[in-house]
Amino acid sequence: MPFLPVILWTDALIYLLLAAVALFVWYVRRHEHLRAPWWRVAQSPAAMSALVVLAAFVAVGLLDSVHFRLALPPAAGTQAGRAAPVNVAYAVDVKSVLDLLLSSLANRPERTYSAPLATHAYAKETVAYPAKDGNPARQLRDYPRLKYGGAHLRDPQRDWRADVLLTGFRGVALALPLWLLGSIALVAACTSAQQAVSGEFWRALWRGQTELPWRSILVALALLLLLVVPVALLSARYHVLGTDKVGLDVLYLSLKSVRTALVIGTLTTLVMLPFSVLLGIMAGYLRGVVDDIIQYFYTTLNSIPGVLLIAAGVLVLQVYIETHPDSFPTSAQRADFRLLWLCIILGITSWTGLCRLLRGEALKLRELEYVQAAQAFGVSQWRIMSRHILPNLMHIVLISVVMDFSGLVLAEAVLSYVGVGVDPSMISFGTMINAARLEMGREPMVWWSLASAFVFMLALVLAANLFADAVRDAFDPRVRVGAGKLRFARTQA
Amino acid sequence: MSAYIVRRAIYAVFILIGVNLITFALFFKVNTPDDMARLQLGVKYVTPGAIAKWKAERGYDKPLLYNQAATGRHKFTDTIYFEKSLEMFRFNFGRADDGRDIAYEISTRMWPSLALALPVFLVGMLLQITFALMMAFFRATYIDFWGVVLCVLMMSISGLFYIIGGQYLISKLWNLVPISGYATGFDALKFLALPVAVGVIGGIGSGARWYRTIFLEEVGKDYVRTARAKGLSEVVVFFRHVLRNALIPILTGAVVAIPLLFMGSLVAESFFGIPGLGSYTIEAIQAQDFAVVRSMVFIGSVLYILGLLLTDISYTLVDPRVRFE
Repeated sequence: MPFLPVILWTDALIYLLLAAVALFVWYVRRHEHLRAPWWRVAQSPAAMSALVVLAAFVAVGLLDSVHFRLALPPAAGTQAGRAAPVNVAYAVDVKSVLDLLLSSLANRPERTYSAPLATHAYAKETVAYPAKDGNPARQLRDYPRLKYGGAHLRDPQRDWRADVLLTGFRGVALALPLWLLGSIALVAACTSAQQAVSGEFWRALWRGQTELPWRSILVALALLLLLVVPVALLSARYHVLGTDKVGLDVLYLSLKSVRTALVIGTLTTLVMLPFSVLLGIMAGYLRGVVDDIIQYFYTTLNSIPGVLLIAAGVLVLQVYIETHPDSFPTSAQRADFRLLWLCIILGITSWTGLCRLLRGEALKLRELEYVQAAQAFGVSQWRIMSRHILPNLMHIVLISVVMDFSGLVLAEAVLSYVGVGVDPSMISFGTMINAARLEMGREPMVWWSLASAFVFMLALVLAANLFADAVRDAFDPRVRVGAGKLRFARTQA
Repeated sequence: MSAYIVRRAIYAVFILIGVNLITFALFFKVNTPDDMARLQLGVKYVTPGAIAKWKAERGYDKPLLYNQAATGRHKFTDTIYFEKSLEMFRFNFGRADDGRDIAYEISTRMWPSLALALPVFLVGMLLQITFALMMAFFRATYIDFWGVVLCVLMMSISGLFYIIGGQYLISKLWNLVPISGYATGFDALKFLALPVAVGVIGGIGSGARWYRTIFLEEVGKDYVRTARAKGLSEVVVFFRHVLRNALIPILTGAVVAIPLLFMGSLVAESFFGIPGLGSYTIEAIQAQDFAVVRSMVFIGSVLYILGLLLTDISYTLVDPRVRFE
């Protein structure tokens, strides 16, 4: 089927980020002093288990970042035998690869709420029963059958439990061989072939004594697969996490929210990163008037309450969108522009902390002998800053980027609640919570949207926090000293 | 010491002027009064006459910075910048879109905000320090390990869920306190109990973990080793030496937040229906009332800068090194 690729602003930045990460990995692999702290991260069981979970989220997010517009079928009346028209009309809605993969979820809307795995709707309606078995045709107030959820069951009351359990078991049974295959592939890819076939290695793995925490990684992978595969099988016939007010599958909404959260968490820091690094180093290294100006600049920006600056920024954007409707051909592009703008504004409010940290560190570094030696050799200031100061600050930048991620994901939800978050048409955890907030008051309670957003966010943020902690412990020299003391205290105890 | 504080105070004034200019640029230059009028009156069916009327009603029909038509000093005073932005330094904020005086609204609404934010701040800090103290005292044991795990878990949960969960459990299921609302006097207690509890619990995770690292940093210092070497018991070392010294960065770090307590919390206030400044701000943002948002930006910055000033002062009080710099 022909399609028109659409590269949204955030997509482009994500591709750029991917390229940067690839470059970074390549660079780190070639430098021993950079490899060492990453090796320490890799030896942390908690961090590597978290990485497995994060990788799953990132995979979902990346699939959701390849956008296109499908071609509409030719208008009725054109003959099928004729050559394809030159001007193909493309659908207005922008789809992603994830949408295609989840099309079975996305294209099965119910009328309104339904509970997880339900076969019947959540509220009673007037249902017409045809005449059957001698009973006359009649109308009753009853829970109507769902259009798609469990539609294959002939008698839901009798078959539902057995069917769900059977599908679940089938999922578990399928997950196990998948896990075995995945484990072997993963181990084979990451270790030497000689190791992978030695029984000694696998025995050490079983005892948890390998250098990399393979046991934790494989257990995390097993748990992930045991969760994902049965859910995937069940979701073909049920709404595993129920449906929301307009009948959309909550699992689909949760998966779509992942990309928004990832974009906010990563792009926000990266958008402003060049500024904070440049200004921080300049303030710390050049001192004097430059330092005063930059300090004044970031103290002023920092004084404005973050939420209010964001609110002001988003109000400005709303005016811009209203006055320039031509710049945004599709609603997805409009929502995406707003997301990018939100990242920029959030970045403006949060770059000052990193800038201050870098300034302080640059102040210290400029007094060190190797910098003074460079000055004595007549190396230009620009070159000292870029070759001698910057590389020795990168660990702070890295720690800050990783540590900020989870806070930003949480901030998105709050901002969307305040009304200055992402576009209301954009699926995100914030909009999900916002919509689900009032459903708690219903009788019986609609809890599944909120619970899904809760579980997905908790998994993402917890994994990010655990990973960030390991990165910080590995890269922050201060913490490493503290950890050494801890170990010392333990041997004494 | 007083010279240092005077210098910082003068610097604070300059920062305030900077904030004032940024807000002015954001609300009048990037986003002209015409745009505001169009947004307020509906984008499609708006006539130039209606826009002019809207602007005249609110005093937005003047030049931005320099009034060519006026005479004498009115060339500068008869402008939007003077009337809308500089007047804020006199705490004259003008009127909201519903015609009410913003300064009066702020002066009445800041008390409910404070009634919620102050207990959350005090109780929360006490609990965080206690929890951190426990983890640091039993460092490198299972108590410490699981304490940190609990902290990381608690800080991974969005504040919205604490509020929603608290409202559901305490108010709806157990019917202990009303879900939302506010009253004056002692009746306020039953309305404030739940928001305060939720606020305290929501802050424990990140706070306790942060204070724990401060304690641990302090434990590693030389004077602690000296104290141990002269034969003091671990309890005495910890509570007489480490605790006292660690409280200095903790308390001076907390000072900056004190003035901002007046601003209240946006989310908690609007969830619990407390008529404070936080819910005022949210309502203004949702109604796109630019005058109120502008005033709140200004007030927030004033309070933050006040906090910075107080931090400077508290540092000079507790740390003699600052005084001689």
